[in-house]
Amino acid sequence: MSALPATTPRSTLLRDVSLICLADGIVGASLGAISVAGGLPWWVPVVMSLLVFAGGAQFAVTSVVLAGGSPVAAVAAGALLNTRLAPYGFTVAGITSQNWWTRLAGAQITTDESVAFALRETDESQARRAFWTCGGLLYAGWNVSVVLGVLAGTAIKNTAAFGLDATFPAVLLALALPTITDRRTRVASGAGAAIAVALTPVLPAGLPVLTALAGLVATISPRRRKGGED
Amino acid sequence: MPLLAIVALAGISYAFRLAGPLLRGRVRLTKSADGLIAAATGVLLMSLAATQALTQGHGFAGWARPAGVAVAGLLAVRKAPFPVIVIAAAATTALLRLLGVS
Repeated sequence: MSALPATTPRSTLLRDVSLICLADGIVGASLGAISVAGGLPWWVPVVMSLLVFAGGAQFAVTSVVLAGGSPVAAVAAGALLNTRLAPYGFTVAGITSQNWWTRLAGAQITTDESVAFALRETDESQARRAFWTCGGLLYAGWNVSVVLGVLAGTAIKNTAAFGLDATFPAVLLALALPTITDRRTRVASGAGAAIAVALTPVLPAGLPVLTALAGLVATISPRRRKGGED
Repeated sequence: MPLLAIVALAGISYAFRLAGPLLRGRVRLTKSADGLIAAATGVLLMSLAATQALTQGHGFAGWARPAGVAVAGLLAVRKAPFPVIVIAAAATTALLRLLGVS
């Protein structure tokens, strides 16, 4: 096998970033449309996208709130999902370290996508270019698409007929599946999902999902056994 | 959804993002912490997906929605592009409802 090129050409980078922006744009539009169709004020998805800028967490928060859950449960679910941004921050720390404002701005555009694009490059200046190109365009694209979704959601009255309510769990599932690669996490996710669904009829909205974290016990207990590894 | 909740989540998220650039060189995340975060993310997303797909309020959501989500899951496992997954889920559910399946 021949050596991979150390750098990605500028045109390839722009093409790949555009495709990601388009894909996320459809997701963002869906988020905006469902939010207002579900009865949230127009500014909720718009402000949340500008300030939080994390698709998974925004979907989580919105679905808890739309299901009637308390804001505290919603924020807890979103915050838990965003804990993964901390290891991302350590990963790209070298890329944004030139001065204080690149650190502050770079932190806000640290997402699954921008980190993945940076990690693709072996050369540091190329990684820097990939990170800022992807993060910057994605920030713009995501926020524009959420606004477009809000406008569409306001215009379309019967979102159920278009099956828009299925896009929410579909996005969450598509985000979840690549993260559950090993057997132990699969068991934990399956157990957690079963617990959450079983408790939904009896617990206040938002809490079943948090109790699902009990499924994590399945990932921890084998490690307690001596020499336990996976 | 009060503005305060959005600002709180934004603050927490930003703190997670900024921790790395601020603490670089002084603190390292352990491998087990990394693993636990990854596992918690999977569990949370899966349980959100399951409850959103199957339930509405405190009851069953009907068959059309979980059917659309199941199609999305199949496409995701087969590594279909994101827009295809999202549109297929909506189309399946919409079609079933058009056929009278709620």
